Amino acid sequence: MSVYSLAKALGITLKHMFSKPVTIPYPSAPVPLKPRFHGRHVLTRHPDGLEKCIGCSLCAAACPAYAIYVEPAENDPENPVSAGERYAKVYEINMLRCIFCGLCEEACPTGAIVLGNEFELADYVYADLVYGKEDLLADTVGSKAQRREAKQTGKPVKLGFEVPYVRPELEGVKYE
Amino acid sequence: MIYLIAALKGLVLILLLLFTFAYLTWGMRRGLARFQIRLGPNRVGPLGLLQPIADAVKAIFKEDISVANADKFVYWLAPLISFTFALAAFAIIPLGPKGSIFGIDPWVADLNVGILYLFAAAELATYGIFLSGWASGSKYSLLGGLRSAAGLVGYELALGVALLGPVLMVGSLNLRDIVDWQAQHGWLALWQLPVFIVYFIAALAEMGRTPFDFVEAEQELVGGFSTEYNSMKFVSFYMAELLHWITASALIPTLFMAGWHAPFGLPEIPILWLFIKWLVFIFIVMWIWASWFRTRYDVLIRFAWGVLFPVALAWFLLTAYWVASRGGAA
Repeated sequence: MSVYSLAKALGITLKHMFSKPVTIPYPSAPVPLKPRFHGRHVLTRHPDGLEKCIGCSLCAAACPAYAIYVEPAENDPENPVSAGERYAKVYEINMLRCIFCGLCEEACPTGAIVLGNEFELADYVYADLVYGKEDLLADTVGSKAQRREAKQTGKPVKLGFEVPYVRPELEGVKYE
Repeated sequence: MIYLIAALKGLVLILLLLFTFAYLTWGMRRGLARFQIRLGPNRVGPLGLLQPIADAVKAIFKEDISVANADKFVYWLAPLISFTFALAAFAIIPLGPKGSIFGIDPWVADLNVGILYLFAAAELATYGIFLSGWASGSKYSLLGGLRSAAGLVGYELALGVALLGPVLMVGSLNLRDIVDWQAQHGWLALWQLPVFIVYFIAALAEMGRTPFDFVEAEQELVGGFSTEYNSMKFVSFYMAELLHWITASALIPTLFMAGWHAPFGLPEIPILWLFIKWLVFIFIVMWIWASWFRTRYDVLIRFAWGVLFPVALAWFLLTAYWVASRGGAA
């Protein structure tokens, strides 16, 4: 311990005093997300509007938390839902069980399921945390709870984050 | 009539000090947060300015628990002692010249034994700490109280002896005389630089701030002497601690930096200059708090007895020799 080191300590804290605080006052300010953030899943679409998911259930097999349930069905050749022979008739993810590890994203042969950026999933009822296809598809913005609140108040869904980069695997997903 | 005015002034001062305490908790938390690159409390009201009120309401409505093992009377008395004498010390600090606040003297008491009174009040406030440690019936509290008592002997001695030099030089124990002497002859911080430093270090120990806040070292002692206290009783201790900080920050400028007099020949405005000097010391203590580690308990004791006390004593003898060679106080 010397006087020099004590003075140095004072210098460091004084320097910190004049630097910008690292605190992000969420939810009044948006959180800047990192490129590898694992948020709520998104079922992406091809640019022509067809779903990428072919209902193969590999994601469900890869899932360590058994959170995914997929029920496939044959595509109608006249009016296809997905680009493959089959599509996912039912696609459910239990957000209470999901550990957001991203193994489903790695297992997916068509890049259909992608872990997106949304993280504000808190809700009141267990059943509401089982997200179906309509909650996961690319054009849905916000969690179930956020969309319910938006419907009640009549305001658009307010997301608590900003995405300062482009993720190519999330093509077609827009955040307002 | 004199007593009535004194009582009213005392009341105003108490309210002022309590208000300062409340907003010091806010300023302290915001300030420390900035030192640590955080924001601090900012959710209650604009800039978090209503936080002290929220804290006060919370503290008042908390359930008041007394420990079964405690010596009930002393257990209740200790926070009161701590708090009362922390308040009392401020009474003799002159905030401006005679009759400067609407014809009223801006001090509560004009004591010709001011410095003695100061030490009496500071000493008694420490009684609160070790009485609480003893009365709580808990070994952590007892250890905290014992540390406080052992530390007290060391640093209070240095604190007292450090002030002997200035007192000899000025030739008066009255704080007003000390302040006026400095306006004529220059700051005592320059005349008496070594004891100014000694006094500042000892004052840090007295207000229980880093680097000498081992009385309530939470890593070692849970909460020290205040372990078994909660709700308003705990707040009284907290208040006492911060009031020591407030008082010491006003006292050091008064004793060593010409008090309410303006520095560098700037225009004299009562209260304002003391307030600015007060803010500087509040800031310095907070700065040290945010920067330094806590010393070990025996380090303070050794430091107080081995460095602070001899330095203060040697300087006292030097000053005495100097004053005697000039044939009396300046």
